[in-house]
Amino acid sequence: MDAATVEAGLKKFIGERTGHEPVITNLARLSGGAGRETWTFDADYGGTHLEGIFRCDPVAGVETSAARTLEYQLLKAAMGAGAIVPEPLWDGDDTFPVKFFIMRRVPGEALGGRLIRGEQYARAREVIPGQLASSLARIHSISAAEHPELLQLTAPAEGVSPAQTELDNYEGVFRTLSPDPHPVFELAFRWLRAHMPNPPERVLVHGDYRLGNFMYDETGVRGIIDWELAHWGDPMEDIGWLAVKSWRFGGQKPMAGIQDYEAFFRDYEAAGGSPVDPARVHFWELFGNLKWGVITISQAFNYFSGRNRTVEMASIGRRTAETEWELLKLLEEAGD
Amino acid sequence: MQDRPTIDELLEAVAGYLRDDVMANTQGRTNFHGRVAMNAIEMIRREIATQEEHLGREWDSLDHVLGIQPMPPHLSEVREALTARNRELSERIRAGDADSGDFRKVVMNHLWWTVRDKLLVSNPALAAEGHVTH
Repeated sequence: MDAATVEAGLKKFIGERTGHEPVITNLARLSGGAGRETWTFDADYGGTHLEGIFRCDPVAGVETSAARTLEYQLLKAAMGAGAIVPEPLWDGDDTFPVKFFIMRRVPGEALGGRLIRGEQYARAREVIPGQLASSLARIHSISAAEHPELLQLTAPAEGVSPAQTELDNYEGVFRTLSPDPHPVFELAFRWLRAHMPNPPERVLVHGDYRLGNFMYDETGVRGIIDWELAHWGDPMEDIGWLAVKSWRFGGQKPMAGIQDYEAFFRDYEAAGGSPVDPARVHFWELFGNLKWGVITISQAFNYFSGRNRTVEMASIGRRTAETEWELLKLLEEAGD
Repeated sequence: MQDRPTIDELLEAVAGYLRDDVMANTQGRTNFHGRVAMNAIEMIRREIATQEEHLGREWDSLDHVLGIQPMPPHLSEVREALTARNRELSERIRAGDADSGDFRKVVMNHLWWTVRDKLLVSNPALAAEGHVTH
């Protein structure tokens, strides 16, 4: 959407909710977040100054996942459970031709590399691992009984493990969209299929819990964002995803580039998370590298298909090799 | 034959424009895409400089894994032929041939070197990090 459309819609929508037509200033589209459009704005109405974020689907009529429509509800549930998230303000209606919602803007930035390397973030790097472990344990405590609206999120079918559900999903995407064969991915699918865990637990999995998907400043984490891949599954999935090589952004430690496995596991358990199973985390870390590899292929496909013709989408197809490199390392370590 | 600048010199000029003009004078989304575009140009320069060597090396390595086949004489046909060979390797892996034993070792070794060549173009810093030597 263009800025004039967003501004007009925001005036109408906020005006209807607050009874005061707002003055919208500092409206700008933010970079990144390939799956959604994100706009920042200030709104002044009836003596209130609101610093807001407007999130919407990029194109009308594009099929949306349940998690995308439920992002507002997910934020509400996570805030209620005690996770650090931006405050959700209003769920969208039919003001725009696409699905949207509005949340309060949190200060800070999200870029992974800047957290790893920034001198001003030395103190933040000390507190963030503990905050991530604690917020993740809080998210995993959200129950379907208390949040029936979240039952619309995908869940493993009766008798099917979370691992098999996720593998079937991403293998399906890979086989449908990949223009090229990827022997390394075939090796990874073989290994993962032979080592699928099947724990009894089913928790709310964020699905994209990683460096780059939370806002931070010098004081630490300010808000976990990007809930579009949320689903029901194995809590170890989120922990393994946080260790994926690409999400270390050059950092030397495995967890988000800034923490060791064991220390993170301790913090997660201390915050009420269920006991960590390192073998399952390893499975999900290997799976996570494969999942990110498949996502790079599907994002490049967005360019080939004409759905999103940006240089960012096209270039991401050349990041697949990074995931193959890490998968070879993990497969070598795992043995047959 | 075209006059100077060469392909590489022209791409260098475009990358310089993206870095010194676009990135230096923009913010947000345009600045971000300027950086992505500059990185893509630098990647293309590395690919042009190495593709003949890399494609030949991948072909020879696949000869070791799948048996010897003559490489097509023209570079334009090699990519398609390599895709077919990688499809054959993928099918053998899916059939379980590389689950263990000597064939797994041969396949893993081949993929190490092939992925490393891909990274030398797409992300040389990561390739330089290395890990286990083969």
